[in-house]
Amino acid sequence: MANTDQEILEGLAEIVAEETGLDTADVLLEKSFTDDLDIDSLSMMTIVTHAEDKFGVRIPDEEVKNLATVGDAVSFIKGAQD
Amino acid sequence: MTSAREVVVTGLGATTPIGGDVASTWEAALAGVSGARTLENDWAEKYGIPVNFAATIKVDPAEVLTRPETKRMDPSAQYAIVATREAWADAGSPEVAGERLGAVVSSGIGGIQTILDGWDTLRERGARRMLPMTVPMLMPNSPTAYVSLELGARAGTHALVSACASGAEAVGYAAEMIRSGRADVVVAGGTEASIHPMPLAAFAASRTLSLRNDDPQHASRPYDIDRDGFVLGEGAAVLVLESAEHAAARGARVYAKVGGVGLSSDAYHITSPDPEGTGQVTAMRFAMEDAGVTTSDVVHVNAHATSTKVGDLTETASIRKLFGSDADHVQLSATKSMTGHLLGGAGAIESVFAVKAVAERLAPPTINVENPDPELQVPLVRDEPVKLPGGDIAAINNSFGFGGHNVALVIQSH
Repeated sequence: MANTDQEILEGLAEIVAEETGLDTADVLLEKSFTDDLDIDSLSMMTIVTHAEDKFGVRIPDEEVKNLATVGDAVSFIKGAQD
Repeated sequence: MTSAREVVVTGLGATTPIGGDVASTWEAALAGVSGARTLENDWAEKYGIPVNFAATIKVDPAEVLTRPETKRMDPSAQYAIVATREAWADAGSPEVAGERLGAVVSSGIGGIQTILDGWDTLRERGARRMLPMTVPMLMPNSPTAYVSLELGARAGTHALVSACASGAEAVGYAAEMIRSGRADVVVAGGTEASIHPMPLAAFAASRTLSLRNDDPQHASRPYDIDRDGFVLGEGAAVLVLESAEHAAARGARVYAKVGGVGLSSDAYHITSPDPEGTGQVTAMRFAMEDAGVTTSDVVHVNAHATSTKVGDLTETASIRKLFGSDADHVQLSATKSMTGHLLGGAGAIESVFAVKAVAERLAPPTINVENPDPELQVPLVRDEPVKLPGGDIAAINNSFGFGGHNVALVIQSH
């Protein structure tokens, strides 16, 4: 069952907010996980684990380093669902 | 008269089955409130566990910590952080260089809820669902590590493990860090969060838990003739220890001194105390010698007393053996009658109680003693708190653990 980009962004924002304490409104497509959202590698892997569960996709470890921004993650998840 | 090596207590923090902080916990203890309650879950039926109650935490840490904090920490670390924040603020948030600040917060078991949740996840959902924070959350040094991170403690971060003596051993080790000159301030204590069906069933299997399911509030009854085991508790307590010199220089409020630390081990049996009490006597004697006090100075003992048939009497026999007729003027309190048994947190909360008792000259009660065991050899503070004398006084906090660990701390008036 594929989600829209907006649904993926909202779902991802909830996961990031749970993990970091940030407001979901701060989790925007152009935000960098490391530079803007201050997410370390352990937190990033936690977010990936939850995202895989939520969206029913597999995000390989070697792919995670390419997910610099929230938008990158949304695109990857969307592509993986299609 | 203070020397640089003298160790004082300047801050206290706790979260326990009878209160979310020290003030409410102490008030409940003086009022004789029990923290034991029936578990509102199906564990007993589902797994056939013969015990359906425990002394659960009074204030859920989720009420005071942020959501990311509760997700990144095992409950044992959450309790420790709640207690640490209170203790640190209570001490006036001392300004101290990180290199002179230590953290020693122990747990008896460690992050067992995280371990068991992780195992459930693996079996039910596979390795891909295992949370990356699982290892740092399950480590028994996780609580002390989070305390170190919280305060920037860089003089050493330790977690001594000695089962139910862990919390007291942590306080003792912290005092030694200050005396040896390694640190000026050390945050010390213990924590435990093991109210989960597996440890509950395991303790029940060891035949050490009370089975008084129909009356949890009266289940923990140290020294009562009808005691039938301990009540599993949870929570944490933390003390800010400081060199007397450092405390004086910043004009800190001082509750009491940690005057002496006594350690010994039984090497007798993996769970049973040596019935001769030799190790217990040695620990108390060492602690008194270390503090430079004698049995005539000690007016109060916070007993380890867990409400088991054998353990309670061994301890009072040890006290009588060491104190002789001086045991007649000891006010003995068994506060596990109210808090339940906090395992790795027990020695810490009981250190807090001993400090408060000395500071406020008030020995807390032992509840549920309807018929004192005739073999009890020391005067017991029963339903009401008992006033302690003025002048220079000393108290002992005893903590003993599975494995034959004996820790005695001498707490002195300041």
